[in-house]
Amino acid sequence: MRTGLIAKKVGMTRVYREDGEHVPVTVMLVEGCQVVGQRTVEKHGYAALQLGAGAKKVKRTTKAERGYFAQAGVEPKQKLVEFRVAEGNFVDVGAEISPAHFLEGQKVDVTGVTIGKGFAGGMKRWNFGGLRASHGVSISHRSHGSTGQCQDPGKVFKGKKMAGQMGARRRTTQNIEVVRVDEGRGFILLKGAVPGPKQGWVMIRDAIKRPIPENAPLPAKILDRSVSAGSIDSPTPASADAEMVAEVAPITDQQEKGAE
Amino acid sequence: MNLIEELENEQIAALGKTVPAFAAGDTVRVAVKVTEGNRERIQNYEGVCIARSGKGLNESFTVRKISFGEGVERVFPVFSPLVDSITVVRRGKVRRAKLYYLRGRRGKSARITEKTDRRGKKEASSE
Repeated sequence: MRTGLIAKKVGMTRVYREDGEHVPVTVMLVEGCQVVGQRTVEKHGYAALQLGAGAKKVKRTTKAERGYFAQAGVEPKQKLVEFRVAEGNFVDVGAEISPAHFLEGQKVDVTGVTIGKGFAGGMKRWNFGGLRASHGVSISHRSHGSTGQCQDPGKVFKGKKMAGQMGARRRTTQNIEVVRVDEGRGFILLKGAVPGPKQGWVMIRDAIKRPIPENAPLPAKILDRSVSAGSIDSPTPASADAEMVAEVAPITDQQEKGAE
Repeated sequence: MNLIEELENEQIAALGKTVPAFAAGDTVRVAVKVTEGNRERIQNYEGVCIARSGKGLNESFTVRKISFGEGVERVFPVFSPLVDSITVVRRGKVRRAKLYYLRGRRGKSARITEKTDRRGKKEASSE
């Protein structure tokens, strides 16, 4: 299991393919998605990487958080998320995950908090038909109608679809195709819609229902700032460096474990 | 929003299309790429542009024509690679941006008078 990454939803547009087909895409911005901490089996009982994304003002960071980020040697982050990883797939603390972590054409699962619709009635929330407009119906044109049977069972069954809070829930959309990856400008184009509002934080992982592509970078594709800042159009040295780092990463991790 | 604009402008530049100025009411000829099996050919679709909607990369236009006595409407994205070219055949004088009222009309009442202002003449003479 590889780590995922944290991205910000920018909005939607379309992309024309060579055969003239147009694909609706969601633009995901990956900016400063760094490893903040490691969760090891020895210390925490499970293996995971804690990633952070988005710059946060130091002024708005609590003292406890400041201490935590200082220990990791990472700028304060707006969003912190843990991704479960296989034990061999640890990445060094402070390493920045690149959007090229995912390959074009790959399928990913995307998790976000959906747009909140507030307290919604049955018609909006569950596509109920409502009551008639006339024929003696008064005041309750958009009501849900009956909620059950009679004295037997004498109760409303649990899980009955009724009015209530709609949206603002964590939802995962599975098997979304990666249409394009731009490492230089740090964005990923995903086919179709993604849960959450614009400017919302979204987690992208390898699709659990598909095999991970063979040439996917392991344990993660790490952004080399010195290369990408100088020349955007040089993916080869960047990837070579990333592989070097990838080979080094698990070793250092074990050393750290040993030190602990 | 900037990143999306940037992406869209890039795509418009990459597609490299020259779109003539046309508006609702103009009669246009759209050359559409049609693939039959392995062969690709170009099919012309001529009719009145009754609407343009969206903007930038996402802009599309609706062309209405009467085909074998039946009204037909097709919506084309302006920057679609499937649209080979757009030619303005005639400029129409209309007072609305969307000519949906043409849908309920036939024959004489569905006519659009030609635009005869100077710009229209000049463009016609240059062609």
